[in-house]
Amino acid sequence: MTVSQSGQPVLSVRDLRVATMGRRPAEILKGLTFDIAPGETLCLVGESGSGKSVTSLVTMDLLPRGELQVTAGRAELNGEDIITAPPARNKALRGAEMAMIFQEPMTALNPVLTIGLQMDEIYRAHTRMRGPDRKAAAIAAFESVNLPDPPRIYDSYPHQLSGGQRQRVMIAMALALKPKLLIADEPTTALDVTTQKQILELIRKLQDEMNTAVLFITHDMGVVVDIADRVCVMRHGEVVETGTTEEVLSAPREQYTRDLLAAVPALTPRPARAQEAPEHVLELVEVNKVFEFRSALSKLMRRPGHRVQAVSDVSFRLDRGRTLGIVGESGSGKSTVARCVLRLEDPTSGAILVNGHDIAPLEGQTALAPARRAVQMIFQDPNRSLNPRLTTGDSLVEGALNAGEPRAEALARAGELLEVVGLPRDALSRYPHQFSGGQRQRIAIARALMMSPDVIVADEAVSALDVSVQAQVLDLLAEVQARRNLAVLFITHDLRVAAQICDDVMVMRRGEVVEFGPAGQVLANPQHAYTCALLEAAPGRDWDFAKGRRVTEPA
Amino acid sequence: MLTYFLRRLLMAIPVMFFVAVFVFLLLRLTPGDPAQAIAGDQASLDQLEAIRDSLGLNDPLSVQFLTWIGNMAQGDFGRSLISDRPVLEMIGQRLGPTVALALVAMAMTLMIALPMGVLAAWRHGGMTDRLVMAVSVIGFSVPIFVIGYVLIGVFAVNLRWFPVQGYKALADGIGPFAHRIFLPGLALASIYIALISRMTRASMLEVLREDYVRTARAKGLPEGIVLFRHALRNAAIPILTVIGTGFAMMISGVVVTETVFNIPGLGRLVVDAVLARDYPLIQAIILLTAGTYVLINLLIDLSYALTDPRIRYQ
Repeated sequence: MTVSQSGQPVLSVRDLRVATMGRRPAEILKGLTFDIAPGETLCLVGESGSGKSVTSLVTMDLLPRGELQVTAGRAELNGEDIITAPPARNKALRGAEMAMIFQEPMTALNPVLTIGLQMDEIYRAHTRMRGPDRKAAAIAAFESVNLPDPPRIYDSYPHQLSGGQRQRVMIAMALALKPKLLIADEPTTALDVTTQKQILELIRKLQDEMNTAVLFITHDMGVVVDIADRVCVMRHGEVVETGTTEEVLSAPREQYTRDLLAAVPALTPRPARAQEAPEHVLELVEVNKVFEFRSALSKLMRRPGHRVQAVSDVSFRLDRGRTLGIVGESGSGKSTVARCVLRLEDPTSGAILVNGHDIAPLEGQTALAPARRAVQMIFQDPNRSLNPRLTTGDSLVEGALNAGEPRAEALARAGELLEVVGLPRDALSRYPHQFSGGQRQRIAIARALMMSPDVIVADEAVSALDVSVQAQVLDLLAEVQARRNLAVLFITHDLRVAAQICDDVMVMRRGEVVEFGPAGQVLANPQHAYTCALLEAAPGRDWDFAKGRRVTEPA
Repeated sequence: MLTYFLRRLLMAIPVMFFVAVFVFLLLRLTPGDPAQAIAGDQASLDQLEAIRDSLGLNDPLSVQFLTWIGNMAQGDFGRSLISDRPVLEMIGQRLGPTVALALVAMAMTLMIALPMGVLAAWRHGGMTDRLVMAVSVIGFSVPIFVIGYVLIGVFAVNLRWFPVQGYKALADGIGPFAHRIFLPGLALASIYIALISRMTRASMLEVLREDYVRTARAKGLPEGIVLFRHALRNAAIPILTVIGTGFAMMISGVVVTETVFNIPGLGRLVVDAVLARDYPLIQAIILLTAGTYVLINLLIDLSYALTDPRIRYQ
């Protein structure tokens, strides 16, 4: 798309400074400057804490009252300074001249009000349209974002829609009054790749139609490739580098940008590791899991409940020293497989062999204890998987103490393991909130290693981390795996991560395995249409981050 | 929605049954003989036996229980041991003032506490917030009879805006009714205002941090709509719970207010019945109170479903 260089920018931010309020103010934004022209998409890229979301909140005049304040600078929307404008004026601009889409479609809509009412409010607040006209406009807007059956959507509540549909509703709301500026704060991060692709295309299309300026905030370099005209790399509240997408991605001037790009995993799978004398440590044979929801009344009346087949006939073998990736979108059953392997869920049928013993029929803690030691799990969100009231030491030794190891001995081992995962030994006496996300995930790895497992199940273990941290944690996992000859079952929605670390890949959809084979084959030469669609939807697939240029031959 | 309501209604039946069993056994277990109470200290053993026989006290417990339930099903709750009037009639006479007082107090509570709580949460940490918190601490800590007498002292005795005591039914005209019920209503409401304004504030503080509130602001909506339509409805469930139980507690706990303001309500009837060991009356009042609780809980459940569609469709 052409970027109009002439004329006034839609948004012009000059030397913007934002600080926390309170006794010891900390500067969150340190003199930010950028412009966005009509019809242009500017991507603010950066890792967590870089200040990109705060920038969007300043622009919308939505900074949390009493927590953050603008200390200097200007943010002009069509030449009008948002920062000095009276609140009433900004309120009139919000939703009409500038609009915003948020990251989490599940929580961004009010759960107790109908979609129609929430849409109607925008027209009511900013126009003098009459009831029937407002409803007609809303339904037309829903149509323009390709929502199925707009009248039904109008009468629905948010929980009756899927994540992708809700995000479409958000887009329809944001663009209802054809704003000059659209701010999209990680609008696709919480969505599946195929949905993400559709939403990105939709934003692109509507933007072209309305000549909207888009301030797009993301941490995902792949998304940048797909949507940005210009990129603004941010770090610690400052702009590190600005330029057109091609410039920044192919010839980054700053080391930080280079590091950020280098940390993006390639979509091309790495070669599988050589394997001599395979030793199966984990084997699943036709595992099924059916969830049944039945009220007490239905049980009493022997009525059948609502059945969901979460996993159907999943079989695989995992050998010592190998990594198997289970790839799929939300609802594919990949996490349920992981939970069955740990017997956190009871499989409905099938066999789960850990070191040759079927653990599926076992009941009770004592019977499961050996398998629970042999298979350890690393969870997605280290902020929530570590108990905030326990010190790192207590978290680490808990399993060992259960297994009967003396405390002193266990603590000594825990200290050693912390060094293995790259943390100081004195981290033992600290609490989870004193660590960063990446450090916490290191602790989670150490906790898994405490039990000297044969298999590690990692469920989206790096999804909550910034790319640079993600790369470090993946390296650590690979190193630990090689040194201890571990089998890893890696569950992810991210094909790049899968390509980087897996020997074998299993693609799941709606509880079924659609494709299973060596990573090199499945990801480079997919046979199933769904695998192709997944790869097709991977953001930034036509950019080679390692070489810094567009991929000419599609893989 | 209808099935949801019917299911809740069905669940109320076993609850009421267990309450009935409990009340029945409670009175069988308490020391004292109803026959003795009726006949007095001078009665002979034969007289006592005759009375027991006529009351059915010699039948097996299960028969007694079924007879009792059967009678109640026909609207016969028994007669007072003291006045020999039907219990239901005595309660009916007293129920009016109590329910009127509770309703007025609850209405006052909602009109005062909800805006107070919402404002305090909105201006979190500011002067308004501190003022609201201070008022609620007073409401909590000052006993109801003190508040009652202070209100009487200021508004009735000194300013002469309201009468000191007494009650007029709504049937006697809205003016006299409102005039007399205002002060007792406010006194009774004080603790609930404290409770519900705090609850509203806490619940609102949580909800105001939610993403959809930010969305509502991002749409440029007026702050009033953001607060009352978007935030308060989502904050409503814990508040409704407190309102419901608070109302049930009011019905059963108006004794002090009724005494201070000399209102012939249920509270005073309970006190008299207990002092006179009038078992049938006590029994009926306990059942009635339990019934009120069950009914109010049903209404609360229903109000959840009305405020939150996700509950409706479960």
